[in-house]
Amino acid sequence: MVAARVKGKSKFRSQIHYYIMAAPGMLWLFLFSIVPMAGIIIAFQDYVPKSSLFQAIASSPFVGLENFEYLFSMRESRRVITNTLIIAGAKIALNLLIPLMFALLLNEVRSRRYKRIVQTVVYLPHFLSWVILASIILSIFGYDGVVNKFTGIFGKEPVVWMGEPGIFRQLVVGTDVWKEFGYNAVIFLAALTGINPTLYEAASIDGANRIQLVWHVTLPGLLTTIVLLLVLSLGNVLNAGFDQVFNMYNPMVYSTGDILDTWVYRIGLTKLQFSLGTTAGLFKSAISFVLISISYLLAYRFADYTIF
Amino acid sequence: MIKSSSIGSKVFNGFNYALMALLTFSCLYPLWYTFCTSISDKAATSAGLVTFWPIGPNLRSYQEIMRDSAFFNSLWISAQRTVLGTAFTLVVIIMLGYALSRKKASFASRNAFMWIVIFCMVFNGGTIPWWMMMKAYGLMDSVWGLVLCGSLPTFNVILVMNFFRNLPADVEEAAVVDGAGPWRILWGIVVPCSLPVLATVTLFVSVGYWNEFFQGLVLSSTQAHYPLQTYIKQLVVNIPQGQSLSREEMIRITQLSNRGLNAAKVFITMIPMLLIYPFLQRYFISGIMLGAVKE
Repeated sequence: MVAARVKGKSKFRSQIHYYIMAAPGMLWLFLFSIVPMAGIIIAFQDYVPKSSLFQAIASSPFVGLENFEYLFSMRESRRVITNTLIIAGAKIALNLLIPLMFALLLNEVRSRRYKRIVQTVVYLPHFLSWVILASIILSIFGYDGVVNKFTGIFGKEPVVWMGEPGIFRQLVVGTDVWKEFGYNAVIFLAALTGINPTLYEAASIDGANRIQLVWHVTLPGLLTTIVLLLVLSLGNVLNAGFDQVFNMYNPMVYSTGDILDTWVYRIGLTKLQFSLGTTAGLFKSAISFVLISISYLLAYRFADYTIF
Repeated sequence: MIKSSSIGSKVFNGFNYALMALLTFSCLYPLWYTFCTSISDKAATSAGLVTFWPIGPNLRSYQEIMRDSAFFNSLWISAQRTVLGTAFTLVVIIMLGYALSRKKASFASRNAFMWIVIFCMVFNGGTIPWWMMMKAYGLMDSVWGLVLCGSLPTFNVILVMNFFRNLPADVEEAAVVDGAGPWRILWGIVVPCSLPVLATVTLFVSVGYWNEFFQGLVLSSTQAHYPLQTYIKQLVVNIPQGQSLSREEMIRITQLSNRGLNAAKVFITMIPMLLIYPFLQRYFISGIMLGAVKE
């Protein structure tokens, strides 16, 4: 046993440089990811703020699952969960479908130069923040904005686009797809180059036309990628995109546009209901955690996909 | 790639080229529109007349910004945050990524550390506990607070680690024979061989810091501490978040603001992104391929 301890110690000593290399990163994770997780306790307390956070947590009474019961009894929370699921679900489906279609169509463009220019430009919105894009979108869709000018040509009355609960979700999903389609298409475009060209030649000799080639050669070649991306997006079911909605919404569209994350922000950080905010946040984190774990497991089982 | 010259094929090609042109236009128009608004005459912008061409072009908005100390203050905060944050994060990621790329035989805690990283990637405590802890750490109103508060970008660590693992092992072995220690191998051999992935990560991390607005919002006690995106958010996208808002109020709010000046500020905020991304394009494509996962 003593020998084993000595051996362990000398092993540690001979590997110490790796521990030193890992230390800053692990410390950063510990202080800024793991320690805040301990704050989840507040979800099970009736939290009363005090000047010191630790004193406040120590002295606040535990209430079991009362916060969760209260959360799910609220009409507002059911509304935001529904909104979140609708927006996130639509984003998952369309952020897969539209980039796929775009990649297929771009692949049919024969001029290499044209292809390159298109590809370079459509990445651009991905790199701009939602603050910037929302400011432009609010302006373009504003009451005297370009969109109303355009529809005005056809004699339509101007619309307050950002104030219509019936249109808001479509606007959110549509602008998100617009922002990301170029970037999301990259992975399909790369997969397309991996398809064996002799398959196309063989099919052409057999008399396949362009549509048949896409259907019988291209799509089967992309199937693994499509399924993999779909599985991996499972973890985003409760992720409707805080940055975007927070910068685009307003009280007129809370009924359809308010999502879990924006609601947590308002009840927690502007109305200072810390326990309720933490509870709602934990609800989201826990479900997302389970879904992401399942999706990684599925991806590993069926596609041999591992992230590490 | 496919030779076919039927009429249907030609019609499709025409349609396809037009569609691609339209999509390209849709991604450029918002920028052009913002630029046109920023150099247009004040009367024209407040009447909402600018659509595709600048009206009465002038540089008054940009001259006005020159005297706007709040804008420059926020710009300076964002610049510091981006430069310090990217440099710091990159060093941390390289070191941790290298340690994690070792086999368990040469780094005994490798798997345990790996699982901690993965766990932090897929689970978080939520916004409220995070915010309370940042306040408890005393990170309000500081640039280093804005650098550190987002925690380690775990996804990028995995990207770098995977790249390091796929480097050919014999170069390192030769270096060991020549007597190079682990630090020397990391900075002298591994890092110079990994420029593509490091360029990708630099792009991801710096874009992340530059574009971040929420942490700046909740970790600043006054507007004087806002980074640029938060400043823009408060200035341009600021719609009152009260309980009710009428249609008339909403129209009035959008018409009140100084559109030309705001557009100029938005345009300046976009410039760094416009400058860097075309150059790093060929790198980040490989970066996306390495990790098909989105956070």
